[in-house]
Amino acid sequence: MAKSNVVLHVADVHKRFGGLHALADIDLQVEEGQTHAIIGPNGAGKSTLLNVIIGKLAPSSGQVVFDGAILTGRKPHQINQLGIARVFQTPEIFADLSVLHNVMIPAFAKRDGAFTLNMLRSLDSETAIRQEAEHMLEDVGMLTRRDMHAGSLSRGDKRRMELAMCLIQHPRLLLLDEPTAGMSRHDTNTTIDLLKKIKSRGMTKVIIEHDMHVVFSLADKISVLAQGRIIADGTPDEVRGNPKVQEAYLGGAH
Amino acid sequence: MFEVIFLQFLNGLDKGAAYALIALGLTLVFGTLGVVNFAHGALFMLGAFCAVMFRQFLTLETVTIDPTQLSPWGAPLEIREPLVQAWFGDFGAILVNYSVPASILITIPIMLLIGIALERGIIKHFYKRPHAEQILVTFGLAIVAQEVIKSIFGPNPIPQPMPTDLRGAADIGAWLGMQANVITYPLWRMIYFLFSAVVIGGVFAFLQFTTFGMVVRAGMADRETVGLLGINIDRRFTIMFGLASVVAGMAGVMYTPLLPPNYHLGMDFLVLSFVVVVVGGMGSLPGAVAAGFLLGILQSFASMTQIKAFFPGIDQIIIYLVAVIILLVRPRGLLGRRGVMES
Amino acid sequence: MANFMSRNDLFLFLGFTIVVLAMPIWLAPFGAGYPDLLQRFMIYGIFAVGFNILFGLTGYLSFGHAAFFGVGSYAAVWSFKLLTLDAIPAMIFAVVISGLFALIIGFLSLRRSGIYFSILTLAFAQMSYNLAYSVLTPITNGETGLQLTLSDARVLDAAMGQTLVGQPVPTLLGQQLSGYAGFYLCAGFLILSFFIAQRVSGSPFGMMLKSIKSNQTRMQFTGFNTRPYALSAFVISGMYAGLAGALLAVTDPLAGAERMQWTASGEVVLMTILGGVGTLVGPVIGAWLIKYFENILSALNDQILANFWSFLPEGAADLMVQVTGKFVGDGWFLTLGLVFVLVVVFLPGGVMEGVRRIAATLKRSGTPDSKSRQTQPAE
Repeated sequence: MAKSNVVLHVADVHKRFGGLHALADIDLQVEEGQTHAIIGPNGAGKSTLLNVIIGKLAPSSGQVVFDGAILTGRKPHQINQLGIARVFQTPEIFADLSVLHNVMIPAFAKRDGAFTLNMLRSLDSETAIRQEAEHMLEDVGMLTRRDMHAGSLSRGDKRRMELAMCLIQHPRLLLLDEPTAGMSRHDTNTTIDLLKKIKSRGMTKVIIEHDMHVVFSLADKISVLAQGRIIADGTPDEVRGNPKVQEAYLGGAH
Repeated sequence: MFEVIFLQFLNGLDKGAAYALIALGLTLVFGTLGVVNFAHGALFMLGAFCAVMFRQFLTLETVTIDPTQLSPWGAPLEIREPLVQAWFGDFGAILVNYSVPASILITIPIMLLIGIALERGIIKHFYKRPHAEQILVTFGLAIVAQEVIKSIFGPNPIPQPMPTDLRGAADIGAWLGMQANVITYPLWRMIYFLFSAVVIGGVFAFLQFTTFGMVVRAGMADRETVGLLGINIDRRFTIMFGLASVVAGMAGVMYTPLLPPNYHLGMDFLVLSFVVVVVGGMGSLPGAVAAGFLLGILQSFASMTQIKAFFPGIDQIIIYLVAVIILLVRPRGLLGRRGVMES
Repeated sequence: MANFMSRNDLFLFLGFTIVVLAMPIWLAPFGAGYPDLLQRFMIYGIFAVGFNILFGLTGYLSFGHAAFFGVGSYAAVWSFKLLTLDAIPAMIFAVVISGLFALIIGFLSLRRSGIYFSILTLAFAQMSYNLAYSVLTPITNGETGLQLTLSDARVLDAAMGQTLVGQPVPTLLGQQLSGYAGFYLCAGFLILSFFIAQRVSGSPFGMMLKSIKSNQTRMQFTGFNTRPYALSAFVISGMYAGLAGALLAVTDPLAGAERMQWTASGEVVLMTILGGVGTLVGPVIGAWLIKYFENILSALNDQILANFWSFLPEGAADLMVQVTGKFVGDGWFLTLGLVFVLVVVFLPGGVMEGVRRIAATLKRSGTPDSKSRQTQPAE
């Protein structure tokens, strides 16, 4: 594999909290266009790793490089402007606004950048962005709910809308933090279907997940985290067959 | 020079004590109930007016006109006799003389009732509402309280005399073996400081050594968990609010001889005590006490002529300036926890 | 025009304009059809519209906006004293100065959010107020307030060769601003202010401000730098406050520090809440209601009350005079406080929410099967 294919590189990252070694010697390369899952039991350091990737936590040593740019120390909006969108464990949405507006807002960030004083243009004249948002809502099957209050949606619909909010930015990298956490079986399945559908778009994805079912049906590559270390790395089949993984994680589940 | 500094330090203590007492209740209410109470200054003011009311009650007089005697300007002499004196004789006279400290006895039940009524009637409906709405409703309550007091007692300050025996000054310098009459400190201010120390100590002891206090402290650290334990937190919240009202009220009562109370006393102190709470760290009890004294003493130093010569007007803004600097440099205050009131 | 403003917005704007300009007519039966009071309606309307751009859209509750109002007044009076008695330079000067002042205070205060932001704005306003009373007396003239005098420099007027006869009063292009001229000047500015607020609120920028209120975290992870947005809103609302302060100085050229006190900041909060936070007309209505009832209720006295209750038997009438007397005259603030508490408890959306609820009830009783078709509309 040529090195230019690696879009996200977590390079030799360590993270200590006082005496606790939360992340040790993490080296992770995510290749362009792939869906890369990071799994591990509770307390394995998944959230810490995600927070280091998005720059919320500074690593004790090592660095995170996205497409040649170091992410550490950048603000959330700068990281987004580099082309990284994020789905949260509990959907972070604009609950007071309509579904359509929720999806339009990220499109403005993509078009106008982190700050523009466009206060004299009318929102009604932004037909291009509105149409784009409507297409996106159609894609995730939510066009009929476009005028609803986002806060009154079901959890599964909130997640779908949040995905639409990320997808409309055509991010180069999509981070998904336990996208099906706390969902009913039905909502989980629709979310998985949706994620499979957008997989074909060639966008790079990193999924932090707990639910095996989700991971094995989506990921091209899986890294298994246990006690702050990567204990296995490879395709779903390789990981499934790895005895270390079974001992650390799958043993209990299967 | 040492004398001057020591004197300013002493002068700052009583004001600092008042700040600390108000801020203590404010932060207690915030820490347990999660409510930003803009009516807390009004509670301080209501306490002060308990003292006013008590004294007015004690000095209700019978006026008898004695035509056989003439006053110095020739009219028949009016003999005024306080009812209390008529009923209780010497004890009545002592009671009138000691009206301010004595009124604490009626202040405690009154403030407790006011506090409980406020919490049950209005505040409890705001636990889950945004902080902005809590600020607004308590701000409205503060306006109501001060306007009620204004319509009963009028707009002017009503001086409250301190007991005659406590009017002098203590020669603290002489006590410490220094020259006499260099460092003197008015007795009542000293009493106020000691009083506040006792109240603060009492509140801390209550929180430290009783089961009730333990639950409350646990609640301040992590409200949700305590709620999950099935402990009836609601009743405790009510009592906490009552307690905070009592503390504020007592602070108000004892402050009356130092500053004649008027209806907007509460608002004047509220702004300052919020600053104190924020400087100490929202929800931190030791922080509130420390910041109260710190700001009182700083204010005292800022009013020295030598300092004012360097920074004109510094005495007017010192507290706010400190608040701004602390908030910008150390946003969680001196002893605050992370993540409190951030969103 | 189609792309410029939607039909609904246009109707709202035209309706608002007509209501404002016709105020001298329709308010006359309510005893409020005189210029002095109408001017205050306009001025506090501007103040509240501006305040709502910050609090209503972004959710940042400032307790220090009176500082900008006061700075606007001082700046306008200084322009009258130093440059010219004409109102236009005074207002430009006031808006610029208060905008700069808001830029500094906003830049610092917006480093924190929530109650910390409120306390910071409060602290800055109290500092301004205390300084205006003490060391800044050369600029503010302390307790007396800043006034116009015959001996003021007025360099521009002097250069134009104008000399003054009698008491100096502000003018507009040579026109005296007494009576209805003053009202129409203020009305023009209120309509302009409303128009700008409408545009801002209906623009992508306005939507970003609402999103900040809704979810700041999502806003940041969506790629927006939220601070300059909030700061712009802060500065705009500070400029509105400065404009309102300047207009108050135009109609009554005396600037005093009490305009900067935190109770004055509290008043604009009350107006906005009472009318309806986050709505366009709500804050204006709130300002009008408060100023109207302040005017009516504070003028009532026991004599008038006695006449009012005279239909009751003697004892009852006396009692009612006693009781109602507590709520009028000097007691007007008691009424305001009570109304305010009731509004926050029962009608957090203010008058506008009340209107909406009534309209909804009427509509429901009109169409019997509407319950089955109920959906939750946005906004």
